[in-house]
Amino acid sequence: MATPRPLRPFGPPPRQAGRTRRGVIRDALGIGIASGAYAVSFGAIATTAGLSLIQTTSLSLLMFTGASQFALVGVIGAGGSVWAGAATAALLGSRNALYGLRLSGLLNVRGLRKFVAAHFVIDETTAMAIARDDEREARFAFWATGIALFTLWNLGTLIGALATHALSNPKVLGLDAAPPAAFLALLAPRLRSREPIAIALGAGAVALLVLPFVPAGIPLLIVAVLVALLGLRSIKK
Amino acid sequence: MFWAGLLTASVACYVLKLAGVSLPQRWLQNPRIQRTVPLMPVALLAALVATQTFSTGRHLVLDVRAAAMGVALIAVLLRAPFLVVVVAAAATAALLRLL
Repeated sequence: MATPRPLRPFGPPPRQAGRTRRGVIRDALGIGIASGAYAVSFGAIATTAGLSLIQTTSLSLLMFTGASQFALVGVIGAGGSVWAGAATAALLGSRNALYGLRLSGLLNVRGLRKFVAAHFVIDETTAMAIARDDEREARFAFWATGIALFTLWNLGTLIGALATHALSNPKVLGLDAAPPAAFLALLAPRLRSREPIAIALGAGAVALLVLPFVPAGIPLLIVAVLVALLGLRSIKK
Repeated sequence: MFWAGLLTASVACYVLKLAGVSLPQRWLQNPRIQRTVPLMPVALLAALVATQTFSTGRHLVLDVRAAAMGVALIAVLLRAPFLVVVVAAAATAALLRLL
């Protein structure tokens, strides 16, 4: 989920604890509501791709990382196998490991709470937490954002799925054009220098080039392998 | 099979999050990993945009979705919120089909 730009500081620096916390809650709710609206489109796209109500809502509960969820249902909707979609979702989820790394010292969670905290490690919670100077404020921001987002993300998914189930032909509403637009909106905040723009253009071109020759979903995995090779190689310079 | 794929993907995504908060810091602080991981979403999202706009199955096609993506691109450049981008693209495709 990348409604706000990733890793960008939110809100004013902490001043007075009470005031700051209220500000954090307000920001967390704002992000939650924006993501809830975005989850409505996820519910609609997943349903259009052929997922049942329970499959769609399970994904939001269990996967809870927007870009991966959109990728999985996007690949399935385009006729790819569920496994190609699953691999793409996992590759997109790899960035959450780096977010977790940044957060682990800050959160300082142990035992059962660590397993709950891990589920909340996504773009928005990371951005909200690392923007704080004070560790206690950072933890508060992480949990407030995580709880608001998890609640509204799942509620939005349910609404989107139920509403789309009521439609006889979602294509009439142009819902087949929704997934690529969603991917573009997720991609845009990451294109802020020349290198990612070049990589994005190259990745798009390679995917279209190999598309006629391999099963649906596989072009994405070819792109993933190439970019991994590129990233691992260029460090040697 | 379908459920197995969904659950495997969900577990994989959770394990990645858990690995971040659990693994020794130095494992993920490897400069190669630090460099490669942020490139992954850029490449995959761009590939998803391209394939889902310009193909149906294994065929490259140019249809109303290309126009819809043009509208989405304008919305993104105007920094429209996520939902506005998606709805604008869907509405463009729906309208062009009505014509």
